[in-house]
Amino acid sequence: MIKLRNLLFIIFSLMVTLSLAGCKEGVLNPKGLIAIQEERLLIDAVLLMLIVVVPVILLTWLFAWKFRASNAKAKYIPDWSHNNWLEAVVWTIPIIIIVVLAVMTWISSHKLDPYKPLDVEGKPLTIQVVALEWKWLFIYPDQKIATVNYVQLPAHTPVTFLITSDAPMNSFAIPQLGSQIYAMAGMQTKLHLLANKVGDYRGLSTNFSGEWFSNMFFTARVSTQAEFDQWVRDVKKNPNKLTMDAYNKLAQPTENTPVAYYTEPAKDLFNDVIMKYMMPMKNMQSMEKMPDMTRDNQSKRLK
Amino acid sequence: MLEKMLFGDLTLQAIPYNNPIIMGAGAFMAVAVAVVIGALFYFKKWKWLWTEWLTSVDHKKIGVMYVILAFIMLLRGFSDAIMMRAQQAIAVGHSAGYLPPEHYNQIFTAHGVIMIFFMAMPLMFGLLNWVVPLQIGARDVAFPYLNSLSLWLTIVGAALVNISLVVGDFAATGWLAYPPLSELAYSPDVGVDYYIWALQISGVGSLLSGVNFFVTILKMRCPGMTLMRMPIFTWTALCTVILVILAFPVLTVTLGMLSLDRFFGMHFFTTDFGGNAMMYINMIWVWGHPEVYILILPAFGVFSEVVATFSRKKLFGYTTMVWATAVITILSFIVWLHHFFTMGAGPTVNAFFGIATMIIAVPTGVKIFNWLFTMYGGRVQFTTPMLWTIGFMTTFTIGGMTGVMMSVPAIDFQLHNSVFLVAHFHNVIIGGVVFGYLAGLIYWFPKIFGFKLNERLGRYAFWCWIVGFYLAFMPLYALGLMGMTRRLNHYDAATGWHPYLIVAAIGTAVVALGIGFQVLQLMVSLKDRNKNKVAGDAWGSGRTLEWSIPSPPPFYNFAFIPEVHHRDAFWDMKHNNSPEVKRYYQDIHMPRNTGTGFIIAIFAGAFGFAMTWHITWLIFAGLIGIVATAIARTFNTDVDYYVKASEVEQIESQYSHR
Repeated sequence: MIKLRNLLFIIFSLMVTLSLAGCKEGVLNPKGLIAIQEERLLIDAVLLMLIVVVPVILLTWLFAWKFRASNAKAKYIPDWSHNNWLEAVVWTIPIIIIVVLAVMTWISSHKLDPYKPLDVEGKPLTIQVVALEWKWLFIYPDQKIATVNYVQLPAHTPVTFLITSDAPMNSFAIPQLGSQIYAMAGMQTKLHLLANKVGDYRGLSTNFSGEWFSNMFFTARVSTQAEFDQWVRDVKKNPNKLTMDAYNKLAQPTENTPVAYYTEPAKDLFNDVIMKYMMPMKNMQSMEKMPDMTRDNQSKRLK
Repeated sequence: MLEKMLFGDLTLQAIPYNNPIIMGAGAFMAVAVAVVIGALFYFKKWKWLWTEWLTSVDHKKIGVMYVILAFIMLLRGFSDAIMMRAQQAIAVGHSAGYLPPEHYNQIFTAHGVIMIFFMAMPLMFGLLNWVVPLQIGARDVAFPYLNSLSLWLTIVGAALVNISLVVGDFAATGWLAYPPLSELAYSPDVGVDYYIWALQISGVGSLLSGVNFFVTILKMRCPGMTLMRMPIFTWTALCTVILVILAFPVLTVTLGMLSLDRFFGMHFFTTDFGGNAMMYINMIWVWGHPEVYILILPAFGVFSEVVATFSRKKLFGYTTMVWATAVITILSFIVWLHHFFTMGAGPTVNAFFGIATMIIAVPTGVKIFNWLFTMYGGRVQFTTPMLWTIGFMTTFTIGGMTGVMMSVPAIDFQLHNSVFLVAHFHNVIIGGVVFGYLAGLIYWFPKIFGFKLNERLGRYAFWCWIVGFYLAFMPLYALGLMGMTRRLNHYDAATGWHPYLIVAAIGTAVVALGIGFQVLQLMVSLKDRNKNKVAGDAWGSGRTLEWSIPSPPPFYNFAFIPEVHHRDAFWDMKHNNSPEVKRYYQDIHMPRNTGTGFIIAIFAGAFGFAMTWHITWLIFAGLIGIVATAIARTFNTDVDYYVKASEVEQIESQYSHR
């Protein structure tokens, strides 16, 4: 049993070291307003649960060792199987922890709802995201540019991602900026993020979407506002226009798509991508705007 | 034209001759089958196989066949795991690894499907078959012929999955086949059809088994065994089969709708024509979440029995255990949405499902405390089942914690679909379900076979498993926090994930060593079976009725139906010497063996294969075969018989003279 305890201790410390070493990228190295709060929440939840997890594990080994059959000195009470005080304690402790955690859950679910616009100064930047087989298309409707497998955004500016898919379901995630949300054909989902720090972050799809799913990652570059404006101007010099034809060509399945830049995305392209699944017609064509069926709109109408 | 009529869409091109891995695996399976068939001819055992096994309705033998199926499928599913871990350990940066995505994607799909449906489920039903009738003092299950049918439907489902390895493809969609990826538009191959029909056929088997054990437990308990005197394992079995009965129809309907989409061009879950993929995802998890409790509850039951037996002490808080189990059973139906907080449901919906999920931690935590206090003041013997139990209590607590972490929606937004999730569910399924079932198998093995498994090799196996488990999955927790998502075939070197994945691969190799020790353990124990013979009370500290009869039990289990006055009925009999009453043997009513279940399952398999490949005549032949065999059975009135009292007396006297 001593052996078991030492071994598990080594493994446990190994796990902790590994996780800490893994801080360079990912959830434990947040660079955005949302991600920072989610990391805090994650750590708080773990600490809260360790209050009961650590004693349980230690008691398991302690009791097993202390009451081993060869230890004749330990008391033996073969018929002892009930104690009201103990029962009350073993129900109460988990309940208290879960109540605290439930309150944290309720508050954080509302506060960190991906659909909720961020409560910060500044006009949000809108980026429309389309998951394709197997690449990401980003459309900047206000800047009138579009990019593939690369997205750039200014730091300290709230960003509204409007997300859909023209492919099987994917999930849009930039872990260091926080949260993720599904990209589904014929639907629009939303994600509000804000980057705090300049840098390159890994973005990816976390939901398996077919053969070359592993290549569905992109770089999210967070720059200063000035750099961002300069970048937009540079992209605009690009001769490739994202016409309907160009989009349809891009939407064909590809294995490994290099970063690409486009200007002048077709008018209402994002809406049309969503709408093409709402109608029994296979060919994409521009059409009158259909009633917006997204969640926001529905709840507005309900009110 | 004729070919199309005879074989549907099936052509010789369906066999991947150019893929050495698949052909190697296929050849291995072919050789294994050939060896078995050859041996049957050589030893002239065909008749024995048919009368003693294929047509058997004895719950103990059916349990053994379930366990054999589970063990073979464990080897298959684990091979998939090794291949995945090897691929991820190699495929970094410029190396593409050795598995192209289309093959790799099938492997992780098959791994999940096989481990859940054809390893864990058969193992669960195997244990239920072994133990439940014995614990409640019954001579068989309520519907023995249905029991045999359930077994064979499960085996046929497993066979379909394995046929797909060589003939055609398996699904490359992930183990729950989310549409629209699993729809014809994105998965035009037969893979998803194999998936659907393998699960439909085995799913019916599981549902029938659920009904069977539900009735068995409610109606066939021996006199005096009230619900609150039932052994805890039987209690967890009851709750599990209630979940099976409520959840499996949902699976059948969901997959049925998907097959309507694929077969008849309907649009339940397509992206266009008004279909809604999210409906599938909701429905599959309405089955899928209870499914994990279907698997874990009997494991909780095993631990309760094991910890009491090897602490030589009453289980602490029996009533609490029962209530905790019941609460988990009910709550398991209102948490399914936590599998997709990222769908975009509102914060209130997410918070509701998140809180409902974490509430389950309360009864589960109480159970852990109760096992703790069962050890307190006991005489703990470190037999292998007890080692698995202590390993479980440690491992499962960690897995529970990471589960509650992810039940907070805002945390899940970061961890959803990452390998953190993969680590979590392996942590609870290996650390809970697998450890529990292995403990149960070792614990009841001597009851069913009459000899013990080798303890030393069992200990080696345990240490390899547990060390291997931590090596394989702790790095995945770290990788998940680093932002690695699941199901990746390849990744960049710059991610820094490579060293962790190498450690994980080493961990898998250590688990493989553990499985190797288990195979060795089985062989050595078989060789030494005469040395390790056990009496009825195999561990010397049995508490429940199954230990009151010989090991292995006679085919009718109990010569006299026992009468129960307390919980832990056998412990009570041993310690409160009730005066010996002279009893007279009576005729015993037993069910006759029948091949009907086996034959129906063969037709069902042909039907599933035909649906997969669109072989019209075989679809109808299969359907007609199923219905005709079932009807033919109803004309058979000779379905039971009596074992004469004199014969019972003779068998019992043999046992007492051993």
